[in-house]
Amino acid sequence: MDTLVRENRGTRPGQAERFITPVASVTEDGDAYQLKVEMPGVNKDGLEISVENNELSIIGRRTLSPIEGTIIHQESRPENFRRVFELDPSIDTGKVAARMDQGILTLTLPKAEQVKPRKITVS
Amino acid sequence: MSIIRYQSPETVAWTGLDRWNNLRDELDSLFDMPFWSNFGRQSQLFSGWSPALDLYQNNDNVIARVELPGMRKEDIEISLQDGMLTIAGERKSEGAEGDKAERTERYVGKFRRSVSLPTQVDANKVAATYRDGILTITLPKAEEAKPKQIQVNVE
Repeated sequence: MDTLVRENRGTRPGQAERFITPVASVTEDGDAYQLKVEMPGVNKDGLEISVENNELSIIGRRTLSPIEGTIIHQESRPENFRRVFELDPSIDTGKVAARMDQGILTLTLPKAEQVKPRKITVS
Repeated sequence: MSIIRYQSPETVAWTGLDRWNNLRDELDSLFDMPFWSNFGRQSQLFSGWSPALDLYQNNDNVIARVELPGMRKEDIEISLQDGMLTIAGERKSEGAEGDKAERTERYVGKFRRSVSLPTQVDANKVAATYRDGILTITLPKAEEAKPKQIQVNVE
């Protein structure tokens, strides 16, 4: 039970919009998992985060203002971001907290009380 | 855990030589596939972090836009020399000691990108903003580089 997170890469049938997969990191401490997802150009208004049947779905839509002029060189991709994770059953999905800062979404996914490690002192 | 992710099986099948007419389309579509975006990322494992850079120009300005999510603006360095714009910086590793990494795809460390500008710019008037993880640098064109309308008087 050491994954947050099995990734669910199935594309939904009939999905019209194309997305790219943002890079992500997951760390774990005793109480919670922390998931960081890189979505440059997305602010909190462009975020759609949902948990359904233990499936965490993150969509980030870019809200960049277009630049006037002609493009001479392009490396960025225009698509929006989407990534889906399957949550570990130990996560308390009612207490997920989200923060968006400079294109990084940070989700804190606390573990349910009964699975937190406890220190037992022997007297 | 492996850093390189599983590639979804959306590969366009190679159909042999009987489809030369479609070859161009096939090649174009290859570059739209997730495989290539991951491939690009994979090469970053060897070359370091290489943030995506776009360059625009209009009559008055050259504009560079760089995807730099999760930086502090103090850690971004912009310099201009001999018509070459360089953006460099470092993303510091966050997180407390003892945290266990489950999955690490985000790049931490130094980066440097240089791009040669299409025209002369006025180095004293360069302005930059950093918002939502995107760095936008506006470089006003030097007067002599701006397109000019020449008035011809017909007598």
